[in-house]
Amino acid sequence: MGQRGLLVRVLAGSPAAAVSLLLFAIVLAVAVPVMNAVLPPTSPLHLPDYVVPLLGKYLCYAMLALALDLVWGYCGVLSLGHGAFFALGGYAMGMYLMRQIGTRGVYRDPILPDFMVFLNWKSLPWYWYGFDHFWFAVAMVLVVPGLLAAVFGFFAFRSRITGVYLSIITQAMTYALLLAFFRNDLGFGGNNGLTDFKDLLGFNLQARGTKIALYLASLAALGFALLLCRLVVATKLGRVMMAVRDAETRVRFLGYDVTSVKLFAFVLSAVLAGIAGALYVPQIGIINPSEFSPGNSIEIAIWVAVGGRGTLVGPILGALAVNAAKTYLSAAFPETWLYCLGGLFILVTLLLPKGVIGVVDQLRLSRHQAATLAPEVATLAEERKQHA
Amino acid sequence: MAHLARLILVLVVLAFSAPLSVHAQDSAAASDDQSAAGAQDQDTSGTENGEAGQAAQEEAAPHDFASGVAALNGDNFDTKIAAVNFLAGLSDPRVVPVLQALAAERLFVQMDGSLVIKRGNNYEDAVSGKPVSGVKPDDLSEVVINNRLRGILEGVLGQSALLSPDPEKRIAAAQAIAQQPTPNAIGDLTKALAKEANPAVRSAMDDSLAMLDLGSADKARRLAAIERLKGSNDPAVRGQLLRLLGKESDPEVKNAAQTAADDISRRLSFIGIGVDLFEGLSLGSILLLAAIGLSITFGVMGVINMAHGEMIMLGAYSAFVVQQLFRSFLPSGVLDAYLVVAVPVAFAVTALVGIALERTVIRFLYGRPLETLLATWGISLILQQGVRSLFGPDNQAVANPDWMTGGLPLMGGFTLTWNRLVIIFFCFAVLGALAAYLRYSSFGLHMRAVAQNRAMASAMGIRTERIDALAFGLGSGIAGIAGVALSQIGNVSPNLGQIYIVNCFMVVVFGGVGSLWGTLAGALSLGIATKFIEPFAGAIVGQILVLVFIILFIQRRPRGLFALKGRTAEA
Repeated sequence: MGQRGLLVRVLAGSPAAAVSLLLFAIVLAVAVPVMNAVLPPTSPLHLPDYVVPLLGKYLCYAMLALALDLVWGYCGVLSLGHGAFFALGGYAMGMYLMRQIGTRGVYRDPILPDFMVFLNWKSLPWYWYGFDHFWFAVAMVLVVPGLLAAVFGFFAFRSRITGVYLSIITQAMTYALLLAFFRNDLGFGGNNGLTDFKDLLGFNLQARGTKIALYLASLAALGFALLLCRLVVATKLGRVMMAVRDAETRVRFLGYDVTSVKLFAFVLSAVLAGIAGALYVPQIGIINPSEFSPGNSIEIAIWVAVGGRGTLVGPILGALAVNAAKTYLSAAFPETWLYCLGGLFILVTLLLPKGVIGVVDQLRLSRHQAATLAPEVATLAEERKQHA
Repeated sequence: MAHLARLILVLVVLAFSAPLSVHAQDSAAASDDQSAAGAQDQDTSGTENGEAGQAAQEEAAPHDFASGVAALNGDNFDTKIAAVNFLAGLSDPRVVPVLQALAAERLFVQMDGSLVIKRGNNYEDAVSGKPVSGVKPDDLSEVVINNRLRGILEGVLGQSALLSPDPEKRIAAAQAIAQQPTPNAIGDLTKALAKEANPAVRSAMDDSLAMLDLGSADKARRLAAIERLKGSNDPAVRGQLLRLLGKESDPEVKNAAQTAADDISRRLSFIGIGVDLFEGLSLGSILLLAAIGLSITFGVMGVINMAHGEMIMLGAYSAFVVQQLFRSFLPSGVLDAYLVVAVPVAFAVTALVGIALERTVIRFLYGRPLETLLATWGISLILQQGVRSLFGPDNQAVANPDWMTGGLPLMGGFTLTWNRLVIIFFCFAVLGALAAYLRYSSFGLHMRAVAQNRAMASAMGIRTERIDALAFGLGSGIAGIAGVALSQIGNVSPNLGQIYIVNCFMVVVFGGVGSLWGTLAGALSLGIATKFIEPFAGAIVGQILVLVFIILFIQRRPRGLFALKGRTAEA
């Protein structure tokens, strides 16, 4: 298979899928800003201002689901700690945004964020150094989740912790971080987290233009991440990942370095989750320790499962659909949302093990088979009749 | 433990409240409101003080009981404090109820300026003590007190408690007065001591006098006080001695105080180890009870039951319901027996729920552990929300029966509480019964056979499906019992299970899956380790360290302390 074949597989899969995906992306990229900023508020198609960051939030979640799909769907590693990587990326961005507040905080301290003044701290802790530079914060968005994933994954995969054990210790990891970030003396704002952000790279976060730009950045990041993941799974490395998922011991006996393969997928996935978190925070305006809660991380798994794991596009659709439903239901029927979510967990695992995309594929496949097999069946039946 | 539990409860509640960003923004907004309100308060109190200064000059100083009471409604807190101190100096029996009412914020001003005390829905005149009729609550305003006044009131009321008919109250008052001495505390104590006959109270008063004497100008009295106090195990005494050391100049007294303080410190550190051990044992036994069921379901079926915490929660709610039923339908004499009924009820309820879940959901997912994990998480969400809809989101209190309240007082102000002692014994009884059942009953034999080699057990005629369902019921039932135990040391809330689930997993993973003894070792070592780390590092860091330790530990022993051996061990 040549370079061209790889490119085709990365970009599309099938022409029809490529076209519909591209259309979807164009609608999101063009229609949303136009409906928000160009159409007058009186127009029935006008999107209110609050919707744009909301959609941006969904896109960040979609990217997070995509990241989890890379390790779970393709490598068989169900991490229940991906919320932690997301939150760490978010905190790195939040620290930059905190430093940008400067003297506009309640206490008007040029260096220290409000919560540090409140705690009577005299100087900035060393790990806050550098976060006044955007490039440094961006580097940390990539490095911190990646490094944690590398260290954690190295120890876990090296000692061949697999399956539910791995799920449980990743859950313990995010739970430990949850407890740690609740502490005031850790220096990340404790319970309240980081909030009251003013601007990003000099652009006011409340301005409509900034919101649209952040939304578009989220969309671009999601598209980029999708292409990157497709590239990874289309290469030989991706094949080995899937082989590890299906028969880890056999792959190891064939001489592949399973630990490195898993580690690569885990770190890449954590970095993508961190980027998603970094884009999430300026749109939502707050990052607090509850992002680390184990419940959040498990919810990511259901987005992936609903859409169909091991499909990359499925988890994106799953995240968008589940979160849209969550926004609607938890506002309209707050009592029922948890029932719906719980029911979704059960129904999807029982009835749709391959998710929505899996069902669609199944249907297409059976129609295809029916179409190709029908004449043969007819001739067989004819022959039988003649024999009889 | 209770603090830790409550803290984690708060964390988990915060963590699971769904629209997170909204919540946090709300709280930020609320704190803004508060600070704004605070600033306003200061402003108004500033102007009040200005006017009140003039008013106080116009007012005459109180000279008898009636004028003293009237002055309690002074325009500023200085007037009120002066009035309280004046009243405390009177040896009038009417003083104490008025001051108590003031401290409890039950003292009100009528439109005409006279003061009344609220008792239930009735009012009585503060000066005469006679009932006042026809009072409209809308016409009353409360006599406001602040923290300074509250402290002074506590001191003053403490003095009067020295003469209370209840010996325990007298002891408490004697101890309190040494902590927050009032101007003539020594005089009060000496007077009370002269009248005191009870030896326990006398000893407490002597100790308090000695603590007060540490501040005496007379060197001999200071030395005598140190002599008296050096046998104490009270951290407060050590605090007083250290304070004395800071300002003492006489080398002899200094020496004596230093030795006494060191003695107390040494004994306290021993007691501290005992306390840590007891608390660790208590935490460990609760973890054990909570984790055994998980270990069974995990061990027999390889199923991760994320809804296990909710089984604990359902057990706790069963105890609550049984308690409420006893309260409503049975004479109060047998109320204390509710706990005995609650244990089998909780077991039955949760076992049935467990069997129902196994039959309807989990059995379709065998061999797909990750899907099971997600499905049972969904079940846990539904159970939580279901309980929240039925009983409301608030904490429900389950009262200890009489025979579980109180405790065994040991030295150094440390008490072995009965509820924790009972739970420790109860937990070991459950473990013993379960171990015996699994060892000697035919069900236990079948269950162990299925756990060791499912295919072979099936080939030998064991109905593995039935064993699965029953084992799941057993595991859930024990979780229900754990819930009853938890209801005795804290409140019951829909999130109760979430607090313990991560720790339960840690216990099972640490101890080794499917091994009762592994679970025992895991639970006790984690419980005790947590409690020994806590004093140095704080509760949360202790938790984090334990989690980190386990993550590192299963690097070395991925199958836990007590790994199953044999063919099944390699799955």
